[in-house]
Amino acid sequence: MPRYIATRLLSAVAMALLASLVVFLISALVPGDPVLAQMGDIAASNPRTVLEWRAKWGLDLPLWERYGIFLQGLAHGDLGISIATRRPVLDDIVQYAPATVELATIAFLLAIGVGIPLGIAAAVWRDTWVDSLARALSLLGVSAPTFWLAFIMLAIFYGWLGWAPGPGRMDPIAFPPEGPTGLFLLDSALAGDWEAWWDAAAHLVLPAVVLAAATIGLITRTTRAAMLDALGQDFVRVARAKGLRGRVVVLRHALPNALVPVVTLGGLAYANLLAGAVMTETVFSWPGLGRYTFRSAAALDFPAIMGITLVVSATYLMVNLLVDLSYAALDPRVRR
Amino acid sequence: MRKPGTVPVLEVEDLQTVFLTDAGAVRAVDGVSFTVGPGETLGIVGESGSGKSVTALSLMRLLEEPARIIGGSVRFQGRDVLAMSGEELRGWRGDRAAMVFQDPMTGLNPVIRILRQVTEHMVSHGRQTPAKAKLRAVDLLRRMGVAAPERAAASFPHQFSGGMRQRVMLAIGVANDPLLLIADEPTTALDVTIQAQILDLMRGLNQEFGTAIVLISHDLGVIGTVCRRVAVMYAGEIVEEAETAAVLTDPRHPYAWALVNAVPRLDSPAGTRLVSIEGGPPSALDPPPGCRFVARCPFRISRCGAEHPPLMEVAPGRRARCWVTMDGSPLPPPPVAAEAAFRTPAQEERPLLEGKDLVKHFPLGRIGLFGPVPVVHAVNGVDLRLRRGEALGIVGESGCGKSTLARLVTRLQAPTSGTLEFDGQDITNFSAAEMRPLRPRMGMVFQDPYASLNPRMTVGDALAEPLLAHGRARTRAEARGRVLDLMATVGLKPEWAQRFPHEFSGGQRQRVSIARSLALEPDLVVADEPVSALDVNVQAQVLNLMLDLRERLGLSYLFIAHDLAVVRAFCDRVAVMYLGRIVEEGPAHELFARPLHPYTVALTSAVPEPGRERVILAGEPPSTLSLPTGCAFRARCPIAQPVCAEVRPPLSDVGPGRRAACHFPGTFHA
Repeated sequence: MPRYIATRLLSAVAMALLASLVVFLISALVPGDPVLAQMGDIAASNPRTVLEWRAKWGLDLPLWERYGIFLQGLAHGDLGISIATRRPVLDDIVQYAPATVELATIAFLLAIGVGIPLGIAAAVWRDTWVDSLARALSLLGVSAPTFWLAFIMLAIFYGWLGWAPGPGRMDPIAFPPEGPTGLFLLDSALAGDWEAWWDAAAHLVLPAVVLAAATIGLITRTTRAAMLDALGQDFVRVARAKGLRGRVVVLRHALPNALVPVVTLGGLAYANLLAGAVMTETVFSWPGLGRYTFRSAAALDFPAIMGITLVVSATYLMVNLLVDLSYAALDPRVRR
Repeated sequence: MRKPGTVPVLEVEDLQTVFLTDAGAVRAVDGVSFTVGPGETLGIVGESGSGKSVTALSLMRLLEEPARIIGGSVRFQGRDVLAMSGEELRGWRGDRAAMVFQDPMTGLNPVIRILRQVTEHMVSHGRQTPAKAKLRAVDLLRRMGVAAPERAAASFPHQFSGGMRQRVMLAIGVANDPLLLIADEPTTALDVTIQAQILDLMRGLNQEFGTAIVLISHDLGVIGTVCRRVAVMYAGEIVEEAETAAVLTDPRHPYAWALVNAVPRLDSPAGTRLVSIEGGPPSALDPPPGCRFVARCPFRISRCGAEHPPLMEVAPGRRARCWVTMDGSPLPPPPVAAEAAFRTPAQEERPLLEGKDLVKHFPLGRIGLFGPVPVVHAVNGVDLRLRRGEALGIVGESGCGKSTLARLVTRLQAPTSGTLEFDGQDITNFSAAEMRPLRPRMGMVFQDPYASLNPRMTVGDALAEPLLAHGRARTRAEARGRVLDLMATVGLKPEWAQRFPHEFSGGQRQRVSIARSLALEPDLVVADEPVSALDVNVQAQVLNLMLDLRERLGLSYLFIAHDLAVVRAFCDRVAVMYLGRIVEEGPAHELFARPLHPYTVALTSAVPEPGRERVILAGEPPSTLSLPTGCAFRARCPIAQPVCAEVRPPLSDVGPGRRAACHFPGTFHA
């Protein structure tokens, strides 16, 4: 097993580099000039200034040389300087990532915690009102556009009922908790500051529900289908013939056999939540990676885009590795 | 029969189970009644769709939607099973009454260790504490013949063969000392020698613990080895109930008569026409008013179409649902077997197919990065000669390499080494393009007729395809005449050419496959288990058809099967394979009458025919990953000597036309 993990990690590094190369080539070949995107019209109209700028950011070098410089920096843990923010890209990412990680993790837990039980219930009580409800909810979650759902939720629970706080991670006048992780829930809990914890938690509810909606739908459907399949297996009938309780038959005999596709989907969903929170973060003014990505892309900020690509692809690869490893835990037939 | 005064374990009275479909209620079980006393054994036999499995599931109330019990009663020691609450039912199932299912490969939960699967219901029914249940589980596994039971208990199901898993299933079944064990086709998925072991185990359970057994099977022979009494089911009804031995020798219902005579026996002469009844069971949605068997019955009288016969006592202790035999008269014996002309193919002629020292190894994935590459030794040096017009049977248990051999001789796969000649041409290393002109001369018939027919192609198109592909016809219209000829040859109606495969029954689909294999007028037909997926009656139809075609078209057959009696009925010569080698070869009638290799002796004796001396072979074939030294069979051989471990016996002549690979041929008898 350790050898397997080592092999997979090595190939993950290679894959991440390959992804960065692809992104590098695409962003270098698209029409559009980051310099022009940054400069005002007057500065951009002066060819000398433009040339100086291009030289300053190394945009006058041949493509392969630019990629070489990027790799060189990468070897030293340096992702370069963002053209837009003029700060090291790594610093930017470290600043924005925790907000996204916190949001995505809560949304993921929500999706799992709601989707799996709902899927199981729908399969066990197939073709009853429980099943219909679960299917209606998952259809709604999958098909409702994120921005629409976000506005509706804000309008109802913040604007009308006043049950939820507004956008942002904390109350604007509150001090964000100091802490090592940048995850407000964790930092405030570590500091014992429960007032801040409640504030952060309350701010998380709406964006997490919005972000999780589609994933809840997918996980419910997948769990339902996998459970129906497992419940139809011979060994489930054998378990019934043994006179075991319904709960034992469903949870001990059927569920473990239904989890493989759910875990596969869950892994992908978590990676997607991390990378795909752009819409939600924008509507809820969430200072996370999604908004950073959006701004960098709009500004054709090459170093930032490259850095984000690396981080996102590394996340995908890690999550995939974890998913593959979990197969062995779930199914003894996969173990070597 | 039952001692007076004892309460029967199981009393079934007028049981009716239906499937609620959009078209109406399908009457799967329609008024079934029987009684099983303490320690009694009852078999239920019938073809697929006769309602035997639904009966078993109804007894345990394990039916799933849309099946529903709509009438009758099931009493277990006087308790009304159909009236039990969910809680009572759970307490009874798996405790006093247990059930074993057909497929041991899917009946065990793949993610739960064997130990827990054997102990969980002992604990949940309060029969054992967890600690005691563990000890008992290991003890049960040992008694069921599981090798190294402690280690087995800690393993997962996928680490075991089908036979071992069925032993585990039996251990699960009897864990709480049930009074009744219901077994639904428990050996159908297993090889004959393993089947004999499991049936022996079931007999032992009945004799040692007095467990009453209801055994459901499509095979009267299997039932005969375990059960004293049998109920024959047809179209949801019991049509005959009697002592098993009586039904086997003197069936009193025409359907039972057809079942008994449709099965080839090891002692029936070569080329025997089997009794086959045409048609299928009537619609269970709307059964005919008279006898349900009337449309297929060779003995019907006018009363049969008008009046539904009740189950009547036709002799002491036996009942049948038939107007013809109600007066106690027996049915006539089957028409005297029209013995096929036994041809002795010309010796001097060069063989149609000749393989020398054929070997096929399959390398598997490397273990680890630099580990060894494991190799499956599927075929390990086979010499093969098939003369023109001859039918050569290849028999052996699963994993013996017989299907691989079929793919080698048709060059669907290339041999690892050895040589192969077809009609004098060395085709050992022919490329796919070089094989192409030879393809029309080799027809193939596979086991699963449904899987080998394209579901989106009409049968007419499927039959026209080889004609178009090999230039025998330029257009579909041109091919049409030949397609209709082919369909007529295999007994299919011409108007069925527009139908799709799913519109046919299993037997008809196999006729289509046979027609397809004949489309290009082959010299050689390679048939890999062509009848093993079929009901006995359909099997008889297909075997009769293949015999006819052999005589009419002078075909040569390589016939691969695990069922010895089928091979015996069809083939001139038989080769027995074990672990990728031929261990014995000879003329079919001599080989089965006087087997020389101990493995052949065990195989023939394992065939579940009543009155046969049984040699129960211990163990299972060794792994094909590493071949044993010396004789591959020695670990299971009852007469193995030290020399068997050192020297591999070659396949050598042991009399006219007979060869055996054994150091002591002919010294072991059943």
